Amino acid sequence: MSRRNSITGGFFIGLTAFSAFLIIAAIIILLTVIIIGGKGTFSWEFLTTFPYDGMMKGGIFPAIYGTALLVLIMSVAAVPFGTITAIYLTEYAHEKSKLAQTIRFAVRTLATVPSIIFGLFGLGFFIKFVGGGMDTVFFGGQLKWAQPNILWASLTMALLTLPVVIVSVEEAIRTVPRELREASLALGATKWETIRRIVIPGSRSGIMTGTILAVSRGAGEVAPILFTGAAYYLATLPTSLSDQFMNLGYHIYIMATQSSNVDQTLPIQFATTMVLLLLTFTLNLTAVIIRARLRRKVK
Amino acid sequence: MDNQTDKKAFVFTKESLKKKFRWSEFLSEKIITGVAFLSIAIIVLIFFFVFKESLPIFQTRKKEAPKVEQVQKQEQYGEKAKGQTNTSGQEQYGVTTKDTMMIENQVQTADTVTHGSDEATFKSLAGKHWLPVSDNPRYGLIPLFVGTLKITLIAMLFAAPIAILAALFSAAFAPYWLRELIKPAIELLAGFPSVVIGFFALMVMATFFQNIFGYDGRLNAFVGGVAMALAAIPIIFTITEDALTAVPRTYTEASLALGASKWQTALFVILPAATPGIFAAILLGIGRVFGETMIALMATGNAAMTSVNPFESVRTLAATIGAEMAEVVFGDTHYNVLFLIGSLLFIFNFSLNALAEFYVKGKLVKRFQGKQS
Repeated sequence: MSRRNSITGGFFIGLTAFSAFLIIAAIIILLTVIIIGGKGTFSWEFLTTFPYDGMMKGGIFPAIYGTALLVLIMSVAAVPFGTITAIYLTEYAHEKSKLAQTIRFAVRTLATVPSIIFGLFGLGFFIKFVGGGMDTVFFGGQLKWAQPNILWASLTMALLTLPVVIVSVEEAIRTVPRELREASLALGATKWETIRRIVIPGSRSGIMTGTILAVSRGAGEVAPILFTGAAYYLATLPTSLSDQFMNLGYHIYIMATQSSNVDQTLPIQFATTMVLLLLTFTLNLTAVIIRARLRRKVK
Repeated sequence: MDNQTDKKAFVFTKESLKKKFRWSEFLSEKIITGVAFLSIAIIVLIFFFVFKESLPIFQTRKKEAPKVEQVQKQEQYGEKAKGQTNTSGQEQYGVTTKDTMMIENQVQTADTVTHGSDEATFKSLAGKHWLPVSDNPRYGLIPLFVGTLKITLIAMLFAAPIAILAALFSAAFAPYWLRELIKPAIELLAGFPSVVIGFFALMVMATFFQNIFGYDGRLNAFVGGVAMALAAIPIIFTITEDALTAVPRTYTEASLALGASKWQTALFVILPAATPGIFAAILLGIGRVFGETMIALMATGNAAMTSVNPFESVRTLAATIGAEMAEVVFGDTHYNVLFLIGSLLFIFNFSLNALAEFYVKGKLVKRFQGKQS
């Protein structure tokens, strides 16, 4: 090999390594800056008190509560449906069938639809169509469900996180050994019994990973709830499904761009961002670890 | 079905081998299949409902098709003053086309506020001004398109080379332990909420870049673009990495056996073999940036301007929806136009995804099976 060649080679490899380094550096800088900016304000009080003085002081408890409620309702909707779809794709559908391929394409498309479109859909479908329909039929045209609330926001978010659940569960189901299924069927269990007793318990960790990833995604997304239920400030916590709610991500957005005292509330903004970032980061890290273990087990 | 045959278990008759009908089996299969359809149904419903809300713009136009030409003329002449006047005003006064232009300004002040003409709206969609809440609302989508394209270009200029090179590093050069660190780290970056990246761009990056480049507007397309690159990198990296590792080992081995060095193999054999996959990665990266809302809302300044300067503020399509939907009146023209933008975004994204899916993946599979050069 010529000398010139090896210099070019060294330069090229160095360039690729530098690119990888840049990405890692960006991640570390982002994390560090947010944590340094936020840790001064962060305290137990910050997490557990309401904001006061026009959101200039106080904590973010209602935003945390609202986010938790949002991801809870969202998971209740997204996890079962996502799991069942994954079961269909792995256990019932033929790999090459047109239907299965269409469903796979739909899932992948769903994963790439911009989140703001989900917001529009939530507004057009859940609030105007379903909510409006419920109001007309059950409440005699009185305005109750045809407005933004936590139920519609959660369901909108559930649609967004559905592909996350499907992909994770599908991956886990594929790791359940064929022999277990065959043994179960040979012992006389039916297909449904095998799925219920062998496949689902065997892919429990995948369902958990899917749920964690979905929760993390749902906690961080703001665009879908901009006009389907998130509120700027509420003096009380949401008590029914038709209430609006506060949300961590929306809180950050509003405080950083719409409030009149952006500079004064900067420490609060950093602390809120830190809470959201650490929350999603921890959840994702957990999912990554579970997944890595799962993969190692398969090998 | 008769169960009697089961008792003579050792004699397998045609009847005994038949599957027994069980309600639980039947129901579970039907329910599971039904639920699986949900994903398809959601896609169809999203398109239907988002598009449905934008329909009123098209409907009025069809009814009054001959009128459209007239409005166009006014737009050209009246651009300097205040754009087009509304047509309902003309209809009431019954003036001819020539007169309209002369008395345009008077008519405008009289009743532009109250009579929103859908016909004029439709025409103004191709205009250069996005002024949805002015006295004389105009819904020109051009600045929004230009803004979105500009920011997509900036983001991809940063994200694509970095992500592809990093993926090549991870797939071809990095030792095993390093790869096992890089991949999860980038997975974690993918999990960063876009509102956090937007906040970081708004508070930290904007000031940082301003100090370096010394431009006036703190928030502009460049800041937004770089922030969006952070959001696009994980997607491009992951898909490129998958494509690179999917290149058959025989390719690498053949190249090395012929005397090529490791980097030559990576650059001239592995990378070209994975081109369709990398192309798909870039397409999906573009889709991500194109539809990104929160970063655009927070870091781009949101002024609808048509310019090529990367250091000027832009307003993207997605950010427009996010910023204005909360304030519009349901059923208003403005509301319909925002849904129209949503439909356009959806169609664009769907096409990108379909292209990445069918064209690129098909090509990749064929290539590796040796059916195509």
